[in-house]
Formats: sequence, structure tokens, C-alpha cells
Amino acid sequence: MSTQHTLEIKGLTVSVETEDGPKEILRGVDLTVKSGETHAIMGPNGSGKSTLAYSVAGHPKYTVTGGTVTLDGEDVLAMSVDERARAGLFLAMQYPVEVPGVTVSNFLRTAKTAVDGEAPKLRTWVKDVKTAMGNLKMDPAFAERSVNEGFSGGEKKRHEILQMELLQPKIAILDETDSGLDVDALKIVSEGVNRAKDASGLGVLLITHYTRILRYIKPDFVHVFVDGKIVEEGGPELADRLEEEGYDRYATVPAVQA
Amino acid sequence: MPVADTLVDTDASVTDASRTTHVDPQTASAAGFVPQQSRAERAASFDIGAFPLPSGREEEWRFTPVKKLAALLAEGATGHLDWTTSLPEGVTTSTISAGEARDLGILPPQDRAAVLAAASAGGAVLVDVPAEAELTEPVRIRLDGSGSDPVHAHVVVRAGRFSKAVVVVEHAGSARVSELLSVVTGDGSDVTVVSVQRWADDAQHLAQHDALVGRDARFTHVSVTLGGAVVRVNANVRYAGPGADATLLGVYFADAGQHLEHRSFVDHNAPHCKSRVTYKGVLQGETARTVWVGDVLIRAEAEGTDTYELNRNLVLTDGARADSVPNLEIETGEIEGAGHASATGRFDDLQLFYLQARGIPEDEAKRLVVRGFFVDVIREIPLADLRDEITAAIEEELATTDYAAPIQQTPSQHASKEN
Ligand SMILES: Nc1ncnc2c1ncn2[C@@H]1O[C@H](COP(=O)(O)OP(=O)(O)OP(=O)(O)O)[C@@H](O)[C@H]1O
Ligand SMILES: [Mg+2]
Repeated sequence: MSTQHTLEIKGLTVSVETEDGPKEILRGVDLTVKSGETHAIMGPNGSGKSTLAYSVAGHPKYTVTGGTVTLDGEDVLAMSVDERARAGLFLAMQYPVEVPGVTVSNFLRTAKTAVDGEAPKLRTWVKDVKTAMGNLKMDPAFAERSVNEGFSGGEKKRHEILQMELLQPKIAILDETDSGLDVDALKIVSEGVNRAKDASGLGVLLITHYTRILRYIKPDFVHVFVDGKIVEEGGPELADRLEEEGYDRYATVPAVQA
Repeated sequence: MPVADTLVDTDASVTDASRTTHVDPQTASAAGFVPQQSRAERAASFDIGAFPLPSGREEEWRFTPVKKLAALLAEGATGHLDWTTSLPEGVTTSTISAGEARDLGILPPQDRAAVLAAASAGGAVLVDVPAEAELTEPVRIRLDGSGSDPVHAHVVVRAGRFSKAVVVVEHAGSARVSELLSVVTGDGSDVTVVSVQRWADDAQHLAQHDALVGRDARFTHVSVTLGGAVVRVNANVRYAGPGADATLLGVYFADAGQHLEHRSFVDHNAPHCKSRVTYKGVLQGETARTVWVGDVLIRAEAEGTDTYELNRNLVLTDGARADSVPNLEIETGEIEGAGHASATGRFDDLQLFYLQARGIPEDEAKRLVVRGFFVDVIREIPLADLRDEITAAIEEELATTDYAAPIQQTPSQHASKEN
């Protein structure tokens, strides 16, 4: 395994602007993800999982009101969105964005150049892209299509993993990469994540509703996320219990504490 | 779609012949404009008397800052432009009289600026592309201005039957110009006219670019408008026979203080003809102003017509204003298809976030999005060199944008109606 990297989230509180003023969504999140580790975050709809992912990536909609986020000790919150990506963070989005008129191949090359600080060697790059697309069972024709435009849900998710494999981040947050995938696509995408883990010791924060994906990507830690914070932590066995019992038992407990 | 989330139909009107003759005078006067009439009834004449000085209330002038244009709309022109022409083998130019120009079958002027250009340019410059000539190089005409005295200019392009030609007209420098560009194309020809406006900041340019498109011919007109204080380019098409195909394209980039207006009129007067109209614009800066008015008239005799027009505007900063008015008049039910779309939207911050989340710096991300926005129009320009030139010129415009403050807008509130 290569160098160790650590994403450390401490006491993170985040709010969004609403018509009736700011609304607090994250209420103190503590979480540390290291290279080679896979953390699963599971929680009900609206509990703030995507908010956590977007806040770490730097989406301007979310205002950090307290806490810290560091990558190898560097203050992530002080970085712009693109600086965070260049520092080695990657967010596979729940709803990837369409960018009309920008081809996938141009997009990938521009991103790779930005992340590496220099343009990739043309010949190896073309081969790398081809191989990565092949592994993810993506038709080569996608390279000349506009980014995410007209892609099916599953194709968009594969395209996210393609970017992750090519950009080789240190820590990746996968926001419901499994939703909307059939079993075959789920396997293909999971293999991509496992390849990246093997190749570069990627640390993964996997956000999901279902335990299904955890059959293919083995989590080291499972965190239960309810009402803007982590309410329970455990090993893979916790996921199985959630599958059987759901989140009901958390609904009334620590959420109203504050 | 670039602004899919922010699609806003602006002032769209679809009319049919029976309705256009029944405009409610009350509504019309309440709006403060001369009542809307069918485009077929709009004046078209070589007689200056047919076009009195506009007040700014006329349908064809209602968006234009006519007060600033007094010098250009008055009779008499004393200025001049420097002409530089580059002609491929076989192409000739000559000077012809106004009467000779008319005899070639050019379309009549449709506003005061155009009639002045026809009547007082002292004749026209005729660019002649012989029949069956297939040009491998473009005809290039460069018009340079260096003053503020009004200039009237008339250029006629005659393309013989089965010829294939690209004509590029570039405008640069400081000037006040009324320009009439009349194209007459032969049967089965394939002609593209690209008009590039890279004027200095103080220039005024009122242009009417017409084409009478031959039977089974293809005609493409491209307006690229980047510079100038007030620029108005009206592109008009009529068909000399059936089976012809016309494409009118435009890209424009308006900064603070610029009024960039494009109007198009496709007169479907012959059966089985096709037209595609696509104009795309970007606006940046407080007082940036753009106008697009797209008229399509499908006459009773134009059975089998297939037409579609589209205008999209991308607003980069607050305070800019884009007007977008598609008008489709249909006088026959026997058509292949007719449609229009118009949308004006804010820069999509989600796209920006997505690109930045992949490490791409903000300015480069914006460049990618704007380039992507224009790409389907730029792609239609036939010469690679010219495409690159235009792309570079647009990126130059973008580079001057002040993006000092990062956009802090939430992704859900970026829709805006620009009227
Ligand atoms: N602009 C806003 N105004 C009000 N509430 C908002 C706003 N944006 C987000 N929220 C709320 O924040 C909460 C957290 O949303 P988030 O998308 O992070 O949840 P999630 O756990 O990812 O849900 P899902 O499982 O459905 O993806 C939700 O209740 C959502 O309604
Ligand atoms: Mg979510």
C-alpha cells in the first residue's frame, strides 16, 4: 500500500439557507477515514448524508457553521472546490450534472491535467481511458458524448467511477453510487471501487441506503446516520442488523437530545 | 440542454393568419407599440419614402436605441471604410449601379437603414462566383472603419448555379455603418456567408443581409457579433424555388454598454423548403443588452415546409438583459414541421461545481461551459480555421469578464426571466 492519507472530520455543523433563515442540517459529525479503509454511512432519507458529502467537497449551498475538516492535516474548509479535488478528495455524486457541449474525453483530459498539474502523456492516457472504460463496460462512443447528457442513471454512475479511477484521488466519497443500478451494473461499479482500493489504497466513504452494495464492497466500519449526526458505529455486522430492523429504533432516541 | 433547468419562454408568440388580422387595438395601444401585423405586410421597398424616420415605437425598431442612431438614419453619408478583399481564383468583383443591383433580383430593403444603404451607397460592389465554381478557399472581405461619419455600403454576392462558396465579411474598427448585403444564389448552389462583427467599442452597425435562395440550393448565414456599441444584423431569406434549404445562425457575446440585436426573417414562399434558425448569446456586465427576434412566415403556397427556430441566452452577471421573441405565422396546414424554442437562463452553478469538483479551476470551468454552450452553432461554420478564430475571439471576450467574486448562489435559485 502507498502513503497513508487521513481525512478527518471533527464536530462538523452545517446549515443551509432557507426562506425562514438558516436551517441546521449537520449537528456535529465526527469521522476519520484513512487510506485503505472503507466506511459505510447508512441512514434514512433526509438525514443529511448528501449534505455531509457536499460540505466536504465544498458546494457553495452549504454553510459550515462549526467544526473542522482536514486532509493530512491541511485545512480542507479553507480550500476552494477545485483545490479540494486537487488535494486528493473525490465526490461521486448522487445526481451527476449534465454539461452540454463538453465531451467526456475533453472533460476527463482537462480534469486529469488539473489534478496532476501537467497534461498526461497522450499515448498512455488514451490507452488508460480505453482500458478504464472497458473495465466499466462503457461503450467507447461515450468519450465523444457530452458529459452526462442523455446518460441513463446507471451510465452516469459508471461515468463517476470512471473519473475516480482515472483521477486517482486519496479519499473518495461515494454518494449513493449504488442507487438505480441493476445487479450487473452494481457488480461492475463495485469492481471499479475495489480496483481503485487495490491500486492506490484509496480510502472510501460509501453512502448508501441498502446493504446490497456491501456484499461487493466490504466495509471496515459502518456508521448509522440519523438527523444530522452519527448515532451508532460498528463493524459490518451492524449493516446486517440495519437491514433487518431498519432505522426505527433510532428515530426517537438521540435525535431530539439537542 | 445548457439551461434546461432554467427554461423560460420569453414573449413567444405563435400566430396564424386569421388571428394576426384581428389584433385588439386596446391591447396594442396598452403595450405602447404599433399594433402587430403579419410580417407579410411589413414594408419592403427601394423607395426611401416608404421608410420614415423611426420613432422607436415601430415593431421593427421597438428594441433598438434609435435615438443614438440619428446620424445613421439621416440621408447623406460622408464617411468611408477601408476594404481589403481576398478572392479565390475565378471570383471577380466589380462596381454596379443601384439599378443593376436591383435587376439581379436582390430582395428589397426592409427598414430605413437598409434603404439608405441601397439608395445612397453610390452603387454596389458585386462579388461574382461563376456557375459550377467550387471554391476551396473563402472569399474574404474586410471592412475597416476609422471615424464616426456615417457610411452606407452595399455588397451584392451572386453565386451561379451549382457553385459552392464561402464568403466571410469581417467588420472592425470605429465606424457608423448602414450595410446592405444582398445574396442571390443559383439553383443547386451551396453558399455560406459568415459576417463577423469585431468592431471597436464605439461602433454602430445596422445591417440587412438578404438571400434569395435558388431552387434545390443550400444557403447558410452566420452572424458572429462580439464588438460594437450598437449592432443590429437582420438576416432575411426568401426562396426562388422549391427544395431549398436555409440555415441562419448567430453567436453573440455582449458586454456592459453593448446593444447587440439580431433579427431573422424566413419567408417560406415556396413549397418543400427547409429552414433552421439558431442563435445563441452570452451576456456579461450590468448594461449588456441583446435582442433576438425570429420571424418565420409560412405562406399558403409553401406546402411541405419544415422549419425550426431556436434562441438561447446565457446570462453571466446581474443586470444584463436579453429579449427573445420568436414569431411563427402559418398560413397552410400542409407542412412537415414548424417549431420554435426560446430560453434565457443564468449560468448554471451546478455545472460549475461539478467541473470544479474534478479539480478544474473556476475560470477554466467557465470557459468550458461557455464553449460548450456555443459548440453546436460553431460546429456549423464550414472552415476549421474560421471556427478556431471565432472560438478564440469568444474566449478573449470571456477572459475580460470580472469573476472576482465567486458565485454564492444556491443551485435552486438560478432561474431568471429576463424580460
Ligand atoms: N434549501 C433547503 N431548504 C430546506 N431544507 C433543505 C434544503 N436543502 C436541503 N434541505 C434538507 O436537508 C436535509 C438533508 O438533506 P440531504 O440531501 O443531505 O439528505 P440525505 O440523507 O442525502 O437524503 P437521501 O437519502 O434522500 O439522499 C433534508 O431534510 C433536506 O430537505
Ligand atoms: Mg442523499
